[in-house]
Amino acid sequence: MNKTMLIITREYLTRVRKKSFIILTILVPLLIVGMYAAIFMFAMAGAKEMRHVIVLDESNVFAQRFNDTDNIRFTYAEGSLESEKEAILKQEDHFLLHIAPFDDVPRDIELISPKQAGMNLIERIDGQMENILRDKRLVEAGIDTAVLNSLNVEVSLHTSRLTEEGEARTSAGASYGVALTACILIYMFIFLYGVQVMRGVIEEKTSRIVEVIISSVKPHQLMLGKILGIALVGLTQFLLWIVLTLAATGIVKTFFTGEIAAGAGNPAVEVLNALGTINIPLILVCFIFYFLGGYLLYSALFAAVGSAVDNETETQQFMFPVTLPLLFAYISSFGLITNPDSPLLFWLSLIPFTSPVSMMVRLPFGVPAWQIILSMALLVGGFAFTVWAAARIYRTGILMYGKKASFRELGKWLFYRR
Amino acid sequence: MLSVRNILKQYANHIALDHVSLEVEEGSSFGLLGPNNAGKTSLIRIINQITAPDEGEVFLNGERLQPAHISMIGYLPEERGLYKKMEVGEHVLYLARLKGMSRHEATERVRGWFRKMEMESWWKKKVEELSKGMQQKVQFVATVLHEPRLLILDEPFTGFDPVNADIIKQEILELNRKGTSVIFSTHRMESVEEMCDSIALINKAKKVLEGKVQDIKSQYRSNTYEVRCAGTNGAAILNSQPNKFRVLSDETPRPDGEEYLKVQLLNGTTSNELLQTLIPEMEVQGMQEVIPSIHDIFVRSVKEESVTEA
Repeated sequence: MNKTMLIITREYLTRVRKKSFIILTILVPLLIVGMYAAIFMFAMAGAKEMRHVIVLDESNVFAQRFNDTDNIRFTYAEGSLESEKEAILKQEDHFLLHIAPFDDVPRDIELISPKQAGMNLIERIDGQMENILRDKRLVEAGIDTAVLNSLNVEVSLHTSRLTEEGEARTSAGASYGVALTACILIYMFIFLYGVQVMRGVIEEKTSRIVEVIISSVKPHQLMLGKILGIALVGLTQFLLWIVLTLAATGIVKTFFTGEIAAGAGNPAVEVLNALGTINIPLILVCFIFYFLGGYLLYSALFAAVGSAVDNETETQQFMFPVTLPLLFAYISSFGLITNPDSPLLFWLSLIPFTSPVSMMVRLPFGVPAWQIILSMALLVGGFAFTVWAAARIYRTGILMYGKKASFRELGKWLFYRR
Repeated sequence: MLSVRNILKQYANHIALDHVSLEVEEGSSFGLLGPNNAGKTSLIRIINQITAPDEGEVFLNGERLQPAHISMIGYLPEERGLYKKMEVGEHVLYLARLKGMSRHEATERVRGWFRKMEMESWWKKKVEELSKGMQQKVQFVATVLHEPRLLILDEPFTGFDPVNADIIKQEILELNRKGTSVIFSTHRMESVEEMCDSIALINKAKKVLEGKVQDIKSQYRSNTYEVRCAGTNGAAILNSQPNKFRVLSDETPRPDGEEYLKVQLLNGTTSNELLQTLIPEMEVQGMQEVIPSIHDIFVRSVKEESVTEA
């Protein structure tokens, strides 16, 4: 077997056999699905729970004017505050809304209940009361009720993207969500696995195994073997996450089929529909490409950093400048995502050091093919360059002990003859 | 076997090897000696193709050094370690396969060596569970597993306890008897003196001395003899012939008349003449030539070097 393959195999197997890898791989999809299931269940439970609000209106302004909603029923009481309080004491889902008489601005409005009222309920009641009062004043000011009714207009903006195949219904919200998720994931993945490369290099250096190994293989073979082995670990983990998440989602769906069908118009279902408007296969393929490209580019730099130090604490001085472009791309994404066609984002999505994150931000909003291809080509060139440069620093660094290297020195190593 | 020709290796601010040449004969046991930082490890790294020389060439079996030679060399570096989390058996297999052995062949050999060194029960253990001495044994097995024609051992006995050091020593000698050429690199010259038939001394990037141990020693003989005799007037007898003998030291440790003399013979005087001078006067109980140790030779040649430089 080829020696680089041997190294890749060792790097891969020792990592995927680790308990931490297995636990993380199984746990993350369970957490994701568990989180969604929990949100869904709470939403469903919350939606089903009926709350009764008894209105004791001593001002007579609000009588019979509250509108029932899906889960709030308003009834009106006539008795005294004390007797009404006693009446709701034993009933958990009952709330007593007491409105004291007022002249101009209502004061001392109380919502009394055996159980603390939720924010949602309070906002609903608040909103309705404000509307009722505003309408009352508008009528008092002489505005016709018909005019009043015509004032309430609801606008819903649907977006479509015009492509050569025709118009495609899109959802800006879904694009936004997918872009942000992809950007966060790719940033996390590059860091997570890049740092593993660095740790691996430091481990080899501090355990002094490295000299034995490089008497059998070339240093760049060892470095590439490690980088590629860990890339395969990353891909394995990513694919397992997708498969396991889909499987777990399937199981959850079968349990909740009834609820999901009943929940048409539910926000969760709307999100699913919105996601359908995005070119998911393209995003996935690009995600894997940009993850691999970004990872190769940065992990080579991480390997060079690892080779230049004697222990992990010394990496700080190199890590910050090395990861600065990635960090910049990541942080700027949160501002630039609202304007996916801004020139800054355009350039960031072409520069290899930032494109893995920045292109993922733009992709869900649609990017011309030539830009994707150019960005990918630049990324390939970029990682070829960093791998070359890192290999030159690496082969000198791994045999240097005890001396704290500076950037100037790393620069010199770059031009050393072997 | 190995021919190092005129190697120059420079680093940014110092010269590690200054036109060093040496020859290691097939089947020999070669000591590469010198103080720390003399350039030994730089030379070994060049032979192992870890680094390349700035000038000069290395030949192995008459061929210029090339990647295919890796499988012919076994290298135990001074700074050595193992992957702590790997299982011992798997680890040795991995190192053997990096040297180009097939999985099957490597497994057979590792099992054989583990049996021989009584390490069979270690196979499934993690490296970190082994003591330092045990790890050194594992490293040694990994070094010789692929039956290298040339074994390069950099400070091989540091870190071993005396028992294991002896076991390893015996294994090395056996390999050497079977025809493996061995290079010992060390700054502790006395430790390999008895094991080497040839040596090279390196100091401050330069080769100071090279040759067969016997030749070097006789070259550095100073015609000095230690004589033990009964009596106390030996020194006086010899001092009476100052053109033939120079008494370097004269000790009389016991009052009953035992004398230890260290005598240098001058102007071609032979040891027989020394005896002939002493025997008529006193009882000579023993005599032997003072042979310089490699350490003494090193110190002397380094001194000579610095004198010529000055």
